[in-house]
Amino acid sequence: MKFGVIVFPGSNCDQDCFYVARDVLKQPVEYIWHKSADLNGFDCLILPGGFSYGDYLRCGAIARFSPVMNSVIKFAESGRLVIGICNGFQILLEAGLLPGAMLRNKNLHFICKHVFVKLENSSTPFTHLGSQGEVLRIPIAHNEGNYYIDRAGLKELQDNRQIVFRYCGPQGQASEEFCPNGAVDNIAGIINKQGNVLGMMPHPERCAELALGSVDGKFIFESMVNRFIVGTGLKPVPTDR
Amino acid sequence: MLKAEICITLKKTVADPQGLTIKQALESMGYQGLEKVRIGKFIIIELSGRNKVSAQKEAEEMCAKLLANPIIEDYRIEIKED
Repeated sequence: MKFGVIVFPGSNCDQDCFYVARDVLKQPVEYIWHKSADLNGFDCLILPGGFSYGDYLRCGAIARFSPVMNSVIKFAESGRLVIGICNGFQILLEAGLLPGAMLRNKNLHFICKHVFVKLENSSTPFTHLGSQGEVLRIPIAHNEGNYYIDRAGLKELQDNRQIVFRYCGPQGQASEEFCPNGAVDNIAGIINKQGNVLGMMPHPERCAELALGSVDGKFIFESMVNRFIVGTGLKPVPTDR
Repeated sequence: MLKAEICITLKKTVADPQGLTIKQALESMGYQGLEKVRIGKFIIIELSGRNKVSAQKEAEEMCAKLLANPIIEDYRIEIKED
């Protein structure tokens, strides 16, 4: 499965994502500069974290109009997998590929720490190797992760099982006290209705190897690869799940 | 020349933690009777080759497409002679 990591001016988690695809998962991967509109040959796209366009105006608002984004929208509409991590999630929201918007963290601080996140939907292409309800320890690093959606939108997310990750306590308590940034309903990650575009604020690429202190994010990449190769005759990536 | 002055604020239904923090700071300085403080963005665009009507229309379009996010923000536009 060939990964494409999109690089915007100001992306800074692109190399981490590239490294996970190439060195941890042993998959082909290429960088895609944001000015390129050609996504031929890619099976899955990663919009990495960072500060695209310096977070000017609103996070992701200007990156959303990069030349590559029209192609990303078509790529997503074709049913192929797109994952946006942190700033990548913000860009997907601004592009309208996912519903809702990001606000400043409730406490006005840039929060950079490991948090607990509960897997709320383990039947997506990004999470099928996980167990429903399992608690993951994943780092977050953001200033605008306070996810907002109106009541009707939230109900729709809940009814369609589009909420994939929620902030929680060590035992999986997804209550307000364990929400680091004020996000509605403790939302840390959502998927689109079609189930092929995922956005998440936590950084799975920063916890995909034991040397980094946690491998809780690795199964997300493994899930994507192993879902993709079904029926292709290719060998699944080995996983301890 | 015309000038579009655009004021973008968070919708009334959206919490504004910056505004709240500023309100608390003002109160700690002794200012009383502050009902609410909201913070926003102010954008000035200088335009040429347009009349007031087309400038207003274009500024609206810019707000809807890029300058404001309709999910969380409202905007006001004023077109002025410079």
